[in-house]
Amino acid sequence: MYDKLWLIPFFPLVGAIINGLLGKRFIKNEKIIGAIGTGAVFLSFLVSCKFFYQLVNDSVKIHETVVASWMSVGNLQVDWGFLLDPLSAIMLMVVCGVGSLIHLYSIGYMHGEEGYYRFFSYLNLFVFSMLMLVLGSNALVMFVGWEGVGLCSYLLIGYYFEKQSAGDAAKKAFVMNRVGDFGFLLGLFTIFWALGQHGVWTINFVEISENAHLLSGDMVLGLGVTTVATLCFFLGATGKSAQLPLFTWLPDAMEGPTPVSALIHAATMVTAGVYMIGRMNVLFAMSPMTMSVVALVGALTAIFAATIGFAQNDIKRVLAYSTVSQLGFMFVAMGVGAFTAGIFHLMTHAFFKACLFLGSGSVIHAMHHALHHAHLDDDAQDMRNMGGLRKKMPITWATFGISCLAISGLPFFSGFFSKDEILWWAFASTRGNKVVWVIVVIAAFMTAFYMFRCLYMTFYGDQKTDPKAKDHVHESPWVITLPLVVLAGLATVGGFVGIPHAIDVAHIGNKLDTFLAPVFHHSQKLHNIEAHGTASTEIMLMIFSVVVALVGIGVATMMYLKNPDMPAKFTARFSKLHRWVFNKWYVDEAYDVLFVNSTKKLGIFCWRGFDVKVIDGIVNGLAKLIGAISTALRHTQTGQFHNYALTMVFGTVVMLAIFILN
Amino acid sequence: MISVYHYMSVAAILFAMGTYGVLTRRNAIVIFMCVELMLNSVNLTFISLSSHLQNLDGQIFVFFVMAVAAAEAAVGLALMIAFYRNRDTIDVENINMLKW
Repeated sequence: MYDKLWLIPFFPLVGAIINGLLGKRFIKNEKIIGAIGTGAVFLSFLVSCKFFYQLVNDSVKIHETVVASWMSVGNLQVDWGFLLDPLSAIMLMVVCGVGSLIHLYSIGYMHGEEGYYRFFSYLNLFVFSMLMLVLGSNALVMFVGWEGVGLCSYLLIGYYFEKQSAGDAAKKAFVMNRVGDFGFLLGLFTIFWALGQHGVWTINFVEISENAHLLSGDMVLGLGVTTVATLCFFLGATGKSAQLPLFTWLPDAMEGPTPVSALIHAATMVTAGVYMIGRMNVLFAMSPMTMSVVALVGALTAIFAATIGFAQNDIKRVLAYSTVSQLGFMFVAMGVGAFTAGIFHLMTHAFFKACLFLGSGSVIHAMHHALHHAHLDDDAQDMRNMGGLRKKMPITWATFGISCLAISGLPFFSGFFSKDEILWWAFASTRGNKVVWVIVVIAAFMTAFYMFRCLYMTFYGDQKTDPKAKDHVHESPWVITLPLVVLAGLATVGGFVGIPHAIDVAHIGNKLDTFLAPVFHHSQKLHNIEAHGTASTEIMLMIFSVVVALVGIGVATMMYLKNPDMPAKFTARFSKLHRWVFNKWYVDEAYDVLFVNSTKKLGIFCWRGFDVKVIDGIVNGLAKLIGAISTALRHTQTGQFHNYALTMVFGTVVMLAIFILN
Repeated sequence: MISVYHYMSVAAILFAMGTYGVLTRRNAIVIFMCVELMLNSVNLTFISLSSHLQNLDGQIFVFFVMAVAAAEAAVGLALMIAFYRNRDTIDVENINMLKW
């Protein structure tokens, strides 16, 4: 039934290999390369749809298939195994669905770029890795995908590698991800070791979940063993999902082409941390302490990144900080035990954020062409050069606007359902926390504000583009607008799969919650994690959060639409604060001082102090010593025949003497 | 009666003389002759012991030694001629270029 699961990651892998090996020399044609890349992911999408449908109608919800044995060491048996359960099924749909739309979009967006084949090859490889991450039935297969997506992220951020900043951003992303991956591995080792103490040597997710109860009393380093392990896993998640303190790579990652930002740095890869927590929810639920840390870090990230979003002028950077902030929302959900809500927000966020990124890409694409046409060097991503694009690019405007409404959480758009679910759980869950709730509400207000600031600066007001380029801004071709329309549609209606019980007048039921129940409900029940409160409280909170979002939008409207000179006055009034926010609270600089410089110094010490002086000293010293001995000994080589002969005779006599006397 | 000890003694004396010559003489030809003397003392030892032990192996060895000595003489003399052509001398004190 499910033994063909391997087909899902197989297609993108084949696509990556074909485009990567043959693209440059043999295929060359952009259309064919694009068709192979997009087709591979689309085939995966079709297969995923088939399995999704099959799973929905199946009474057994968790299926594991083994393709081949990977390694068998002692008690440890690791397989190339795939796991299909409601959680991975939803992720499959998101990754393949959004992935194929973004591939389609890339055909238009990357048109005429150098290394077109390279782009599609990397993008397919990314989808392959992401699918391995999602489908892996044990932690090692997941780790292969986990590292694979990190690699592809590195390759794609550095796609324009001739630019210094792109190369630096790629390295930064990779190094920060490595810090997180280290945590992931430590967590994995801890769990493996701790379960091994009970005679269960496994890294298989299903088996870990089944045996997790064995760990309930175990302590290590003065903490519960699950706490230590899950904190390590969470460190991995902060790296991959750009949470405090490891978030600074994501905004820099915007150096990559826009489809990459949409696919990797908004919709899929950065949500891997959330997915991983969902996958290990049994372990996380066992440690209330880790859950609180997760919720708190998520909340702080949500508000922190949102503040930075206020002052950025680069359209993609605003979206990047918005992504960091929204990921914070997801972690809040995971932290308060609202696993379903977290995955729900992951899904809706994938829709509207991919749409926003692709919309920004469409704008940048148009701006770039217009500026290029007019031979100008203005920044095509700077919102201060935009404005008034609503009439020039109506489809982009409409889809971007819908996504802004969705992310702000206006009623009946997808973001409304998922965000309110998170807020409700933060407020009412047994693992919830009012402080977290307050922070998240403020972050939601800020989200509405900066998203509409972005919308107004780009699409409304007077067009501030250089007059020479002004009239060359056109709407993008259909390959770009079609994905926008589809994603905007999903961003509008995607929320109806998870209608909260309180406002479910038509008794449709929370489909998503029911679907994901086999994965999450067991641990939620076991540890008494639930949101308790009356329906009226929930509705009150909903109205409250909608009001908050509306106020945010209102403030943005007032500042950026009605009084366009107000922001300038505002920044002049609070110039110091603005400078801090504009410079991202100097986090990068602080990291430079705290970690980068000291690491560099350590490196320089190891190089000049240790390597040059000690290691080279030993090697060169040995050589010099041998040289000195040789200088002394070479005088024995006189070249005089008689000396040699005498030595030989003497030696022979001595040897004979020894032989005879013995 | 001349016993094997006498032969051995003569051989030892011959060998010592050869060694002494090799160590003290400077003329390469003379050194060469001394080497031959040493070889012949060894041959004498072989012969006498062969006779004493009633075993032919020693005598066969002597033929080998003689053949090698003849070959060596040819090569050695050729070397000396070549050297003489270059340096106008065959004094071993002057054959000292192969050193540090």
